[in-house]
Amino acid sequence: MTQAFRRAKGGRIDRSRTLSFSFDGKSYAGHPGDTLASALLANGVHLVGRSFKYHRPRGILTAGSEEPNALVGVGRDDAHYTPNLRAPQVELYDGLVSESQNRSPSLTRDYAAINDVFWRFIPSGFYYKTFMWPKKAWTKFFEPRIREMAGLGRSPKTPDAARYAQRFAHCDVLVVGAGPAGIAAALSAAKTGARVILCDEQAEPGGALLAEPDAMIDGVSAAQWLQGALAQLAAHKNVRVLPRTIAFGYFPHNLIGLAQSLTDHEGERDDAKPRGRLWQVRAGEVIIAAGAIERPLVFPDNDRPGIMLAEAARIYLERYGVLPGQRALIFTAHDGAYRTALALHRAGCEIAGIVDLRPKADGPWVEAARQAGLEVHAAATVTATRGRLRLTGATIAPIKGGSAIEVACDTLLMSGGFTPSVHLFSQSRGKLVFDATLDAFLPGAPAEACRVVGSAAGLASLQEALESGAEAGGGGTRHQAANAPVAQGGFIGVVPYHGDPGAVRAFLDYQNDVTAKDVMLALREGMQSVEHVKRFTTNGMASDQGKLSNMNALAIMSAVLHKPVPAIGTTTFRMPYTPVPFGYFAGYARGELFEPARRTAIDGWAAAQGAVFEDVGLWKRARYFPRGAEDMHKAVARECAAVRQGVGIFDASTLGKIEVVGPDAAEFLNRMYINAWTKLAPGKLRYGILLREDGFIIDDGVIGRISDTRFHVTTTTGGAARVLGMMEDYLQTEFPELNVWLTSTTEQYAVIAVQGPKARAVVAPLVEGADLSAEALPHMSMVECRVAGVPARLFRVSFTGELGFEINVPADYGQAVWEALMACGQPHGITPYGTETMHVLRAEKGYIIVGQETDGTVTPDDVGYGGMIGKAKPDFVGKRALARKAFAAQTNRKQLVGLLTDDPALLLDEGAQIVADPTQPKPMTMLGHITSSYWSETLGRSIALALLRDGRARTGERLHVPQHDGTARVTVVSPVFYDPEGARLNG
Amino acid sequence: MQRYSALALLKQTLQNHKGWQPQWRDPEPKRAYDAIIIGGGGHGLGAAYYLARKHGIRNVAVLEKGWIGGGNTGRNTTIIRSNYLFDESAALYDHALDLWEGLSQELNYNVMFSQRGVLMIAHNVHDEQSFKRHVYSNRLNGVDNAWLTPEQAKAFCPPLNIAPGMRHAVTGAALQRRAGTARHDAVAWGYARAADALGVDIIQNCEVTGIDRDASGRVTGVQTTRGAIASRKVGVSAAGSTSLVMEMAGLRMPLESYPLQALVSEPLKPIFPCVVMSNTIHAYISQSDKGELVIGAGTDAYVSYSQRGALHIATHTLEAICELFPIFRRMRMMRNWGGIVDVTPDRSPILGKTPVPGLYVNCGWGTGGFKATPGAADLFAHTIARDDPHPINAPFNLERFGAGRLIDEAAAAAVAH
Amino acid sequence: MLLIPCPYCGPRPEIEFAYGGEAHVVRAADPRQVDDAGWTEFLYFRNNPRGDHAERWRHAFGCGRFFNVKRNTYTDQIEASYRIGETRP
Repeated sequence: MTQAFRRAKGGRIDRSRTLSFSFDGKSYAGHPGDTLASALLANGVHLVGRSFKYHRPRGILTAGSEEPNALVGVGRDDAHYTPNLRAPQVELYDGLVSESQNRSPSLTRDYAAINDVFWRFIPSGFYYKTFMWPKKAWTKFFEPRIREMAGLGRSPKTPDAARYAQRFAHCDVLVVGAGPAGIAAALSAAKTGARVILCDEQAEPGGALLAEPDAMIDGVSAAQWLQGALAQLAAHKNVRVLPRTIAFGYFPHNLIGLAQSLTDHEGERDDAKPRGRLWQVRAGEVIIAAGAIERPLVFPDNDRPGIMLAEAARIYLERYGVLPGQRALIFTAHDGAYRTALALHRAGCEIAGIVDLRPKADGPWVEAARQAGLEVHAAATVTATRGRLRLTGATIAPIKGGSAIEVACDTLLMSGGFTPSVHLFSQSRGKLVFDATLDAFLPGAPAEACRVVGSAAGLASLQEALESGAEAGGGGTRHQAANAPVAQGGFIGVVPYHGDPGAVRAFLDYQNDVTAKDVMLALREGMQSVEHVKRFTTNGMASDQGKLSNMNALAIMSAVLHKPVPAIGTTTFRMPYTPVPFGYFAGYARGELFEPARRTAIDGWAAAQGAVFEDVGLWKRARYFPRGAEDMHKAVARECAAVRQGVGIFDASTLGKIEVVGPDAAEFLNRMYINAWTKLAPGKLRYGILLREDGFIIDDGVIGRISDTRFHVTTTTGGAARVLGMMEDYLQTEFPELNVWLTSTTEQYAVIAVQGPKARAVVAPLVEGADLSAEALPHMSMVECRVAGVPARLFRVSFTGELGFEINVPADYGQAVWEALMACGQPHGITPYGTETMHVLRAEKGYIIVGQETDGTVTPDDVGYGGMIGKAKPDFVGKRALARKAFAAQTNRKQLVGLLTDDPALLLDEGAQIVADPTQPKPMTMLGHITSSYWSETLGRSIALALLRDGRARTGERLHVPQHDGTARVTVVSPVFYDPEGARLNG
Repeated sequence: MQRYSALALLKQTLQNHKGWQPQWRDPEPKRAYDAIIIGGGGHGLGAAYYLARKHGIRNVAVLEKGWIGGGNTGRNTTIIRSNYLFDESAALYDHALDLWEGLSQELNYNVMFSQRGVLMIAHNVHDEQSFKRHVYSNRLNGVDNAWLTPEQAKAFCPPLNIAPGMRHAVTGAALQRRAGTARHDAVAWGYARAADALGVDIIQNCEVTGIDRDASGRVTGVQTTRGAIASRKVGVSAAGSTSLVMEMAGLRMPLESYPLQALVSEPLKPIFPCVVMSNTIHAYISQSDKGELVIGAGTDAYVSYSQRGALHIATHTLEAICELFPIFRRMRMMRNWGGIVDVTPDRSPILGKTPVPGLYVNCGWGTGGFKATPGAADLFAHTIARDDPHPINAPFNLERFGAGRLIDEAAAAAVAH
Repeated sequence: MLLIPCPYCGPRPEIEFAYGGEAHVVRAADPRQVDDAGWTEFLYFRNNPRGDHAERWRHAFGCGRFFNVKRNTYTDQIEASYRIGETRP
């Protein structure tokens, strides 16, 4: 198709190349430098979307990121599909595939447009007032229908193919917006030697200068000046210019979030390249040069395809060489639209007239229009428009009343003036001040180190923009603009239109179909706060976040409530300035890099053996080592039997380890753990329990005394960092008088547990410098020696109930020592076992796991460890809390017990609840719950641990455990199922 | 009260909706009330409503420093569920869920309660143990909650990624089918309209600046930016700002206030049929009636009243969302906001009397207050009217911290091995 | 993400730190001398002000030291940081 509305010359597009693209399955042509919007307009396509609620046909309204109507889905396939993109922001590339949204079956014939016929029945908030009867119909019928009707684009159903990057950066000056003010600021700041980042949301820096054919700056044309300025910036080592980069969020302490689009503009040809990059920039100072956004005028049926903002039309003409239509009516309260009219007139577009709301149309712009022969209707208004899929005409009338004129036109270009973009400044918590002459909120006192320059600060002229930017940059630079007369004026609220306000729709928020009458309805219903009006009508809640609609809505509220605009207030500006893909935030943190897994030194060996792993905190731990076709049950049964009858080997490296060193190390542990440490002799081990200050168990682990002044503390796998943080807290802030140093050694040691009656036979041959006999190294003692030639801390300790050793060696030697032990154990049938077998074996012995038998509400006495408390100690963390009278007086606490099912083959579900009477009505009285439940190969039956109210006194009692498939009968027993005397430990 | 119905809508349509009356009045505060509620969120407005409707106390004022529903009521991710572990919590939240089920009809205001089901995702053995403990406990408490395999979870929520190779693979899920979401603003407005119709004065832009007490220490009224107002019963329902209000009565609270942020995507056609929560990787997501994906983040690390969250917290949440739902990686954040939640040491609320006679408090809901709105409001009204807690909220008293009778839902789900 | 001035290392981003709650909550040298109500107060009750707040931070992924910060909880602006044991400014 030919580009019928493309001019033969002019603009910044490259006519030497033609790009082909499709919209709704139809092919069109455009040029490099085009956006999807400019290319569609060049082809005469205005109808591009349907609105949210009424499914009204909509055209392209703006030329920027504030576009509310022209939202499209773009992407060559589902893995590259993005909905809701703004057509003026989509850069054209060859082969671009796009489609319209929120219509079925087609853009021109949309069934849901029936809503538009019944619009009178469905004003703002109608859904709060109906769909309540019958009760079930809401969920079953109404809600699904409403959901189907709502929404805009469709989500892809294929995982995203793209990658994303992230970067942190620091700079002295961050300039947001590369229009004249921003470029002047960057040039000026760069001159001081400051590190400068200049970002701009568009593909090409320049802002308003990209559509500026007339003005001169510093003696050259604006385009030449821009080229020179950008070259100067590029030559500065300290300046980084980021195009296609939106400053979306302003966070405390001058942290700015930037979203940089990298490959969308070339159609994401290569998935290996990152699609976008999230920048987190900490700036010494932020200069906001974000520009201003043109406001629509609010008049009846101001939303038809062909109705566009005046400045947007001029941008399409000057920057893209595109005419918006053949015959344009101008409707304005601002001089800028005259500039558009003159430019279009010169370019060959017929001007059907200029309707100016201002009582007196005068000034240089108006004069110029009149001299060009354009008809100016002063003190006039537009009271109606016509045309369904494209504008065909409008009605003009004097504001005071009188005879109306019907005008034929295919385009209506409007301007209500400009709203400064104070979003980022407001996000920074800077105060906004209402300027009654400009009808705009302007930046007031800042809360962070930031300044606002150019039209974002309400400065209307090019000269002021350049000056304010240069001054903010601090480099003493100066610029002189010429041939750039200031354009003034503006209007907020609903224009006069001589009709019944309840009977027409004058759109405020185009996307959400919020009209002036909706705001009036909200006020009538008592919603008098600006936030209530916003939430009730959804004005400002569409994807442009009120950029086009907020000021007009405030003006309506102001008029109805008879309060000045600043007394109404404004809604809070929130990040992001424009929508940012989730993928930018997720960045590198995906798949393996989403919370990278921690792996032990023996992990590779276990993986090679076919181990099945489980996640424990951030660690990957080998859960079991299946042989052949074994399932977990069979593998674990075999592994358990091997440990009980022969010898097993287990990777315990994930245990947290903290080296506690110093003259006061024992005293420090006295104050932290419930146990007594002073008398523990060097070379001995003790099981320690750590409480929170409120008396509940937070961690446990075996602690070895290496020497008078040195302890080797172990913690739970998940608790290592928490325990170290807690110890540091007490050491640094409560007990600073203690001379103690804490060092995390979790990653430094590999820990290999060799457990079973034959453990000594496996370990002993590899040990140099230590006697492993029961006499020399009894249970709960340790020795420093060499194992397989590697320096080791050898613990005689058991979490299985069998004779056992835990060998701590430097992590780098972990796998070598492991393999040496495997080789040495081969004749003894050494069997690697995983966490599941470890759990079964410890449960048979009634050893608790913190986090499984305890849940943050369990005291040492609850789990039967009350006897470990160092009674003579004046203080330890948690002691005082346990001693509170009301606490100590509690009865009926849950205590650790064992449970045996009547049916030895029945395995209870972990988490199942215990009741005395399973037939009682709900809610039932629950006595406790199953914390651990396993098949014990050793005992040939199932076993379970439980926390049970007053449990120790219930030994022998018969209780019930309701489960999904029937109720189990159980008997309360001791939690130690196996070798209660501990004979095997001491072997 | 002007009844809402399809017929009423039709009638209004014929007169261009010019006959709709204000949903609540904008009264000047009177000199004295029988009861005052400080805080015009869902909890406070609801308490006023139940005081008037169930306890015959209609001379009630709700004092709101800003606009009603502007605090956490209007800032949360609207998740409603009752599958809490401890008996006390299950009873409390299930009482609320029972009231949610009839709330639109009770208030004649469609609060769009959508029982879409809440799916809580387990990622490891510890999660499974914890969730199954919830499931069993809930079932015996009469609270629906079911355990699903990863495949069943995927069938219930097709966008869910259950690939075994995921960094935190989905190992199962607990599903409460009665759970879901509601339209948060409508809850505040619905209660306000119904309370107003029963005579309650809803006074906005009225900040409480002091609490008056007589020589015996009993509450006699409040000082406000709109003058002194007398009352011998004052209920504080000022989530986020509770510590500040209670300090006016000389009370220190076991509370800290943290920022909590949430965000929404641009509107999409229906793609997400339920609510999904993953505590392990911190992701909470549903889709609103408008089509936005509604995503909740964790609280920020530090005490703050700034009503904004840090970028790295939102970033972490979206990392998790993109892992669980890789089809949403290209969807875009449209709006992000923050609220202030007050958090107790055991993460359970405080709902009852205080050491100051005539002063009652409803606070400490942390990140989960919205779901309790009707239940908490009802029980708070009962406590104020009778000067005695209802059996359901009796355990949630202020004394439990001294007595060590914590209701520690957070600790019960704590991760450690 | 706050920019937190570590008195030992200088300003660093918040992600290097762990929050430590309200500062100057004193744990009695001999807890036995504190009555039950006092201990409950110590365990659970906090000032939680809107405005100036003295709070502890630990430079967990840096020097590892605890220190105190005076921050306005309404604006999030930090007015001072000081070492443990130093007087609150």
